[in-house]
Amino acid sequence: MSIQVQNIHKAFGDFIALDNLTLDFPSGELVALLGPSGCGKTTLLRVIAGLEQADSGRVLLDGDDASDTHVRERQVGFVFQHYALFRHMTVFDNVAFGLRMKPRGIRPSESEIKRKVHELLQLVQLDWLADRFPAQLSGGQRQRIALARALAVEPRVLLLDEPFGALDAKVRKELRRWLRRLHDELHITSIFVTHDQEEALEVADRVVLMNHGRVEQIGSPAEVYQQPATPFVYGFLGAANRFEGRSSAGGIAIGKATLTAEQHAQHGEVIAFVRPHELDIVRQEFGHGIPARVSRVLTLGALTRVELEGRDDVAGQHFDVELPASHPLAGSLIAGEPVRLQPRSVRVFANPETAGAA
Amino acid sequence: MAAITANLYAQHDRAALLESRQATREAPWVKYTILGVALTFFAVFLLLPLAVVFAEALAKGWETYLDALVEPDALSAVKLTLLAAVISVPLNLVFGVAAAWAITRFDFRGKQLLITLIDLPFSVSPVVAGLIYVLVFSSHGWIGPWLLEHDIKVIFAVPGIVLATVFVTVPFVARELIPLLQAQGREEEEAAVVLGARGWQVFWHVTLPNVRWALLYGVILSNARAMGEFGAVSVVSGHIRGETNTLPLHVEILYNEYQFAAAFAVASLLALLALVTLAVKSWIEWRAAQAHD
Repeated sequence: MSIQVQNIHKAFGDFIALDNLTLDFPSGELVALLGPSGCGKTTLLRVIAGLEQADSGRVLLDGDDASDTHVRERQVGFVFQHYALFRHMTVFDNVAFGLRMKPRGIRPSESEIKRKVHELLQLVQLDWLADRFPAQLSGGQRQRIALARALAVEPRVLLLDEPFGALDAKVRKELRRWLRRLHDELHITSIFVTHDQEEALEVADRVVLMNHGRVEQIGSPAEVYQQPATPFVYGFLGAANRFEGRSSAGGIAIGKATLTAEQHAQHGEVIAFVRPHELDIVRQEFGHGIPARVSRVLTLGALTRVELEGRDDVAGQHFDVELPASHPLAGSLIAGEPVRLQPRSVRVFANPETAGAA
Repeated sequence: MAAITANLYAQHDRAALLESRQATREAPWVKYTILGVALTFFAVFLLLPLAVVFAEALAKGWETYLDALVEPDALSAVKLTLLAAVISVPLNLVFGVAAAWAITRFDFRGKQLLITLIDLPFSVSPVVAGLIYVLVFSSHGWIGPWLLEHDIKVIFAVPGIVLATVFVTVPFVARELIPLLQAQGREEEEAAVVLGARGWQVFWHVTLPNVRWALLYGVILSNARAMGEFGAVSVVSGHIRGETNTLPLHVEILYNEYQFAAAFAVASLLALLALVTLAVKSWIEWRAAQAHD
């Protein structure tokens, strides 16, 4: 089922959670709503489910306006961050709940319910836990039961609110892969909210990046990572060194120093980003590049991370550089050493703060 | 409070752990001084009076004891006490659940006022509560003349006693439920609604099972107060023997008439009720602690 969100606006007091938002979720896709906490992603998910009422705007489910449809009639499956399993019911009763609550006329028989619940428990590979209570399960198991419970009523869409947020790193990775496989089997339109960019890029067909109640960019994981549309997206998807300066002939002028950059379309005040693995360290105090000083060298397995402090015009700024551990500089750089930084690849954006003023 | 005691059970293990380790153990004299103070206080102020009640009640033998209980005025007092409890406890059960539900699940004007009002019977002296009803319903009161015309007796009659009992027991159920409902949040209820449950189904299958121990706890306390209330009931009762005397009032009358053995015999009924209440309460707390794990 497709979902369309049109001009949705939602404020909590003075705080604007969703700022006139319009979005399309095509049928059958697994979409990630990605953004920092407070960006409105969870609110959007709850508005789609009907758990939250938007101040204005419409939600269309399969082309029909669902604004006046009660939550229980929207046929959505919702998975909560903290599972929200019914603690006084067994796993079996939890999964059976949605079926048992159906009006008498369309309620399946108890034997039919039993068959269906076991089928779902097999789907989430936890059939052997049917008689346990939620408190006796691990976090990962609880979340899989929550998913089975949501699927029991055959929802037309599946909404997941930070489904792996409360789990530890290892379980999270497993469940991510598992969710992707499940989606490939069921092809149910799914939206999941996350603040973890790695999770979004790994699992989703499409990623919607949100900030301050607005959409910053929509695209496939590769698109948003390789061609970030805004400074926010660049900064949010992976580590980045940030430089502010003025567009000039050879690149970007930052005081007397120049950040060398190939042709770019921006003029005037700009923000430039360089990924840590695309920044080179040149062992000289003077010359081309951004002046900096090595403050710490950390070896993390195959990578060596060099932390640097800016000198002169960029004094007080912090930079990170990543080198392969086999790189000749990795073993020889000393804390306190003055160096120059030269980027191999730069991404330049107009500076929104000064652009607005000009 | 049930949640708090559930927590106490959990802390018990930790206390034992701290005691078992040399590094965290307190000096013996500290432990025994504190223990001694607590136990002495407990013995003198709680255990001794309880023992005295039963000793005095049986001082003149079993027969006097039983006579005092089956005497018509005493039986009438028992009946009236039970009646007051049977009416006020269910009323407060319904009101308490509704108020707790409204306060924790909805935003509305005057919510803070409602929360404050629920506590009013705790903060105001029961005598004042009784007087309020006298002022409103007595023949000189606000609607007294109207009641008189229609031949309805409230003050110095059973309805007044029931009203006063309802008033003093209002907070118990709501006060138990509000913190628990707040702590549990609404996620489980939201999950139930998304799964297609109707309002009543959500309440019956999800909310109620989660608060059942706290609810029972509130009912038990409410019942104990309903049967033991003296002040408010005393003001509205008029002390008509065999008609408007509850058990506590009956005890007072007997005592004032120097029938000590009979007074203590009836008092022992109330003491027994207290013991049963405590036993049930401990059992509920134990179950609540289990449900917690």
